[in-house]
Amino acid sequence: MKGFRREDDYLERRKHLEGLSNEELKERFWGKVEEIIDPLLALAYENTTPSIERSVLLRMGFSSLEAAPLVEMAIDQGLMGYGVGHVVYVVSKEKGLSVREAGLALLEGEHWQEAKKILGGE
Amino acid sequence: MDYNKKLDIHELLKDLENYRPKRRGWHWREKVDHLEMGGHIYLDCSKPLTNSIGIPSAISYFENLDPQPMESITTEIASGRFEDDIRRMRMAAWHGADHIMVIRTAGQSHYDGRIEGTPQGIGGVPISRKQVRAQRKALDIIEEEVGRPINYHSYVSGVAGPDIAVMFAEEGVNGAHQDPQYNVLYRNINMVRTFIDAAESKKVMAWADINQIDGAHNANATARDAWKVMPELMVQHGINSLFSAKVGMKKENISLSTVPPTASPIPTLRYDLPYAVALREFFSEYKMRAQMNTKYITSSSREATVTHVLNLLISRLTRADIQSTITPDEGRNVPWHINNIEACDTAKQTLVGLDGLMTMLEMKTEGYLPEKVRELQERSVLYLEEILEKGGYFEAVEQGWFVDSGMFPERNGDGISRAIDGGIGAGAVFKREENYMAPVTAHYGYNNTKQYGVDPERASDLIGGCTFEKPEMIQFVDELDPEDNVNKRLAEKEDVRDTAKVLPEVEWLGDGIVSVEMMLPLPKEVAKYAALEFGKYMNLEDPEVIHLEVMHPAEGTRIMLKGHLNKVVDTSELDIPEEPTIFTDEELWEEFGKQPLRVVAGTVGEDEHSVGMREIIDIKHGGIEKWGVDVHYLGTSVPVEKMIDAAIETNAQAVLISTIISHDDIHYRNMRKLNDIAVEKGVRDKLILIAGGTQVTPEIAVSNGMDGGFGRGTKGAHVATKIVEVRRSRENA
Repeated sequence: MKGFRREDDYLERRKHLEGLSNEELKERFWGKVEEIIDPLLALAYENTTPSIERSVLLRMGFSSLEAAPLVEMAIDQGLMGYGVGHVVYVVSKEKGLSVREAGLALLEGEHWQEAKKILGGE
Repeated sequence: MDYNKKLDIHELLKDLENYRPKRRGWHWREKVDHLEMGGHIYLDCSKPLTNSIGIPSAISYFENLDPQPMESITTEIASGRFEDDIRRMRMAAWHGADHIMVIRTAGQSHYDGRIEGTPQGIGGVPISRKQVRAQRKALDIIEEEVGRPINYHSYVSGVAGPDIAVMFAEEGVNGAHQDPQYNVLYRNINMVRTFIDAAESKKVMAWADINQIDGAHNANATARDAWKVMPELMVQHGINSLFSAKVGMKKENISLSTVPPTASPIPTLRYDLPYAVALREFFSEYKMRAQMNTKYITSSSREATVTHVLNLLISRLTRADIQSTITPDEGRNVPWHINNIEACDTAKQTLVGLDGLMTMLEMKTEGYLPEKVRELQERSVLYLEEILEKGGYFEAVEQGWFVDSGMFPERNGDGISRAIDGGIGAGAVFKREENYMAPVTAHYGYNNTKQYGVDPERASDLIGGCTFEKPEMIQFVDELDPEDNVNKRLAEKEDVRDTAKVLPEVEWLGDGIVSVEMMLPLPKEVAKYAALEFGKYMNLEDPEVIHLEVMHPAEGTRIMLKGHLNKVVDTSELDIPEEPTIFTDEELWEEFGKQPLRVVAGTVGEDEHSVGMREIIDIKHGGIEKWGVDVHYLGTSVPVEKMIDAAIETNAQAVLISTIISHDDIHYRNMRKLNDIAVEKGVRDKLILIAGGTQVTPEIAVSNGMDGGFGRGTKGAHVATKIVEVRRSRENA
């Protein structure tokens, strides 16, 4: 709640920490941090974003000028969940093209339907 | 690389598309346990440099004794023109910086993608592959010149974190800021998206061995009362650090950006020291990047420097692995060249001065310090507990839990609040399907490469390797904007680039900016306008008051003014006298140790001045006695004959006369007389005759029979050197 106000109740609130040794307090700190970040890591494990997919394409040898529209097109085609690098990969295999040729063909608007079929996007 | 030559920017930009960085990963300084330098032992220093410039006193008194602290020293360089920043990087490296941090141009963190080419920036540099590659290439040259690897650093933050992380990994960038909390709180980037992106960015950074610095120090700069966010700072550091470690980053590559929260006139150490101890106890496995306080910086560079020295004291009392520096002019403008150098020198001077401090001191284990440490730690644990009670990190942010002005658990209801489904890039999150796949190295999270028979760790095998294994696959993009690029900017300044023509400069070649300082016996409002008028008298265009301090409400105001001095000096037209050679202390000790020297000295004629001569003789003024010369000083108003007689009596080899008074050409006549008497008594070839005085020049002295002559500004070393030279030339004759 933005706007929430509270007096400093540290002395009251700390009572359960009083008995902890310094080492135990440190362990408690890191234990709580872990509880907070684990769901965030799980979220990252299960999802992807345009930036992540662009970074995949960059590593596959595409320039930033090529990666950005490829990802936009994949979003339009509803293929983000399969991985845009994956789209390029299956097209290169299916059409016998190099990875780079496959990506450039996709940029020209080609092969999206086949990719969708292979990946299960429809 | 010849260090007497300027770095050729044109050469640097040549063939850039094929340049590959020499190495990858962060380099820590190599600590030497008992470093012996200049006759001293250093306990907290690292391997010395092969080429460097020490602090001014090192040059004046210690033959450039320049021990390097064990901490990496950062300097932040980003004027908006990366080509000019390269020259500043070279200067900073010579003054001891080995961590060069490049600030990004305003707005880049909201740019959903990568910037290419070399447009000019505002308050920073647009970070692009071409710019990064050119600067890394320059540092590859500079690090060889100074003899220590230099870490290059910029930012993996904003909406396009993973895009930039990949480019940094490919280009051999060694350090980067990465902290999703920064994006959420200060850049209003959607929190769900930015944490997902962060995992990918960190995974890539881990592969490239990039040292990560977090963004927690911004809470300190943003909070209403900086010292009240201390519990929260530990929470923010904890979230980013453990998140990074669990993604796969080595803990030794995870650095906390920590800043002493307060500054004098607050009793700063009573706040900053317990905090520093509390943090380092909890984060013993992680690295400390000690930032300096900017929250309370003003336009006074003196004041900033004192604050920073106090910050350095905290670093030495506790621990810093990377010592950041803030330029003392940060409070008034985008830093100038000279202030990066000053900041590096401040860090070096202080850390070396505090060398071995903790072998003499220890922290108290009872009383205020440990009690305060424990309190801060408990407050941070309570903070974490309440985040979990709220439902987790996102919910806590949404409820405005962060950067509240109350010291937790106090809450003032003025924290930064962001909506879970709001902010830039909201909604751009896609669930990975069961057959989701990315055939590349260092990809975080679910990656079903097994469907194609390959382990996720070897994902890039599916395409025969990615750019991380095969850098030749990288697509280099040159310029996109035909107007806004480095070639255009260079072309505009060719007349002053490494030619005989020169303009003063603070940040960009030929910017013509100078600053002048003055004290006006006026109250401040009047002084300000009077100063601007003086600026016009000095031919300064667009004069601007950049610093003002009241000396007394009525008696005076100190003013610092900057302006453009758009006048070119042609150095080919300058008449520059040749610098005389001066022997070093070591050489003079050796010379006069082997072949002792006795001299007779005095002020001749009816002249009661003694100051000039005493400066040349006295050991405490750096006079010739320092090197063991035996001086018979006869005093003032000595008759010229007596000088020669005394030289014969004492068997001296040289006579030094001072002749200050110059009316009626008396100084000429005294010199001639000295020479003539020496000839008359048959000792001229045994004696070296030297004359000095305010009106004396070497030419006048020699033409009046002297072996050497010296005017204003002469030091003992000049005279000693001259005597040795004359003695040697006579021996060789």
